[in-house]
Amino acid sequence: MIKNYKRVYILAGHYGSGKTNIAVNLALKIKKDGYPVNIADLDIVNPYFRTKDSLKELEEAGIRLISPTYANTNVDLPALPQEVYALVQQKSAKAVFDVGGDDRGAYALGRYAPYILEENDYEMCFVVNFFRPLTRTAEDALTVMREIELASGIKFTAIINNSNVGALTDREAVLSTVSEVEKLSSLSGLSVILTTVSQNLLPHFNGLDVFPLELQQKYYDIKE
Amino acid sequence: MTDKVLMKGNEAIAEAAIKAGCRHYFGYPITPQTEIAAYMAKRMPKIGGTFLQAESEVSAINMVYGVAGAGYRVMTSSSSPGISLKQEGISYIVGADLPALIVNVQRGGPGLGGIQPSQSDYFQATKGGGHGDYRLICLAPASVQEMADLTIKAFDLADKYRMPAMLLADGTMGQMMEPVSIPEVTAKPVDKPWAANGTKGERKHNIINSLYLKPEILEKVNFERFERYAQIEANEVMYEEYMMDDAEYCVVAFGIASRVSKNAVTEARKQGIKVGLIRPITLWPFPKDVLNAAADKVKGFISVELSMGQMIEDVRLATNCKKPVVLCNRAGGMIPSPEQVLDSIKNLAKEVK
Repeated sequence: MIKNYKRVYILAGHYGSGKTNIAVNLALKIKKDGYPVNIADLDIVNPYFRTKDSLKELEEAGIRLISPTYANTNVDLPALPQEVYALVQQKSAKAVFDVGGDDRGAYALGRYAPYILEENDYEMCFVVNFFRPLTRTAEDALTVMREIELASGIKFTAIINNSNVGALTDREAVLSTVSEVEKLSSLSGLSVILTTVSQNLLPHFNGLDVFPLELQQKYYDIKE
Repeated sequence: MTDKVLMKGNEAIAEAAIKAGCRHYFGYPITPQTEIAAYMAKRMPKIGGTFLQAESEVSAINMVYGVAGAGYRVMTSSSSPGISLKQEGISYIVGADLPALIVNVQRGGPGLGGIQPSQSDYFQATKGGGHGDYRLICLAPASVQEMADLTIKAFDLADKYRMPAMLLADGTMGQMMEPVSIPEVTAKPVDKPWAANGTKGERKHNIINSLYLKPEILEKVNFERFERYAQIEANEVMYEEYMMDDAEYCVVAFGIASRVSKNAVTEARKQGIKVGLIRPITLWPFPKDVLNAAADKVKGFISVELSMGQMIEDVRLATNCKKPVVLCNRAGGMIPSPEQVLDSIKNLAKEVK
């Protein structure tokens, strides 16, 4: 678990690695721990499955969500609102950036990078799921990491292990990725600040330092 | 469990195509299927394949025509408006009797429509979207695993019957993530004596063409093609039945609509309504016989669709209108909720005793 929060958290990584879910859960946790927090959806790549899907939950918790004007509409227009600057300028509140996937998604972060670097109180988190087909190994993950750093203009400072196989995830699956994430840690020189598990699996991780995630239930998930 | 990975439907299609021996992909980006192209762009150069972003959908389908004529496994993918652009090329590929895979990850229409999921290209996919007398083998996956499995199946069927196959998915299927195990395929080399791949001085030239100057010959070719279609209708029908054994009412749905419907059927059973589900996996050939047999047992059908009602016509035709068939639908990128389908089941049970 994170002890002393930085002012800014940036979540980036390969697309489909779970950045949005972690961003929403992290913002809720920071708020619960007593800090005001803003969250911004910088995803200009994928128009499906967005931070805005959790709008109600975030609003009820008193968290301000800034998302692209046309998110969750039929307009596939990659434009970010000027309000995103609130995250870098309102220093009295914590900030969570949910960045789009891969280097393509990370270009949008570059616009805010100078402000983030100048303030220098941030954690740039690489979210990795070793069950994603293009990041099965530490070496593949490192490649994605470097591509994102080049595109965004910010170097990573931490790793979040979000390895899961959806509904089939169990303790064994999560623990099977420990060696790979440790390898990524040693290759990159960065520490693993969080290992996530979905809330319903928490009892299986007694005594282990894991970050529980509330996942959105989708209407098309088959209930057996 | 460790052999499974977490994939988007679009990625599963791309990886399965590679496993099936497809080394040539031509496309043009469009939401919500762009991940197929993105995945191919990353993977194809590493395995000696071709990824080419064409200048338009029209170019892409004609590149498919060329590679199919040379006898290689080849595919393109797009979403609704892009698939409309490909229709002329598809008709030519049919006319030249060539195997190829065309993937349509549907979005709302008509026109530019929207980027949210839809099933409103059913007519286009199953009745022949281009000109001329023809069919496409049309497969409709309902999970990320099926996105992979049916991609491989589509390549095999296309080669077997020398005709293009279409994988008909929708935006949600393309974007959703599920655990998937990509099958290891032992690609059997398919004998393609018709391919224009060099005579090596050992045979006559093969000609890939869809133009016939003599109507008598063109008629003969059409009749022969339809004999093959009859074989496909007899041998390749795929469907899933769910709780149909004692069913008094039958929901018919494919793809994402079948997942929503399954939850509604389970709930209706809890409330004492004897309802089942028939899920066509091949939309062409349509599972006519199983529906016709069901019509002798059940009191009525509900066609659940993300369109203004297209498959419902095939349900009526298959059952010879023996029993009432009602529509439960959303359109324009909206998806029916399990509650809406449940209400529709309850209404049918009330009205048709």
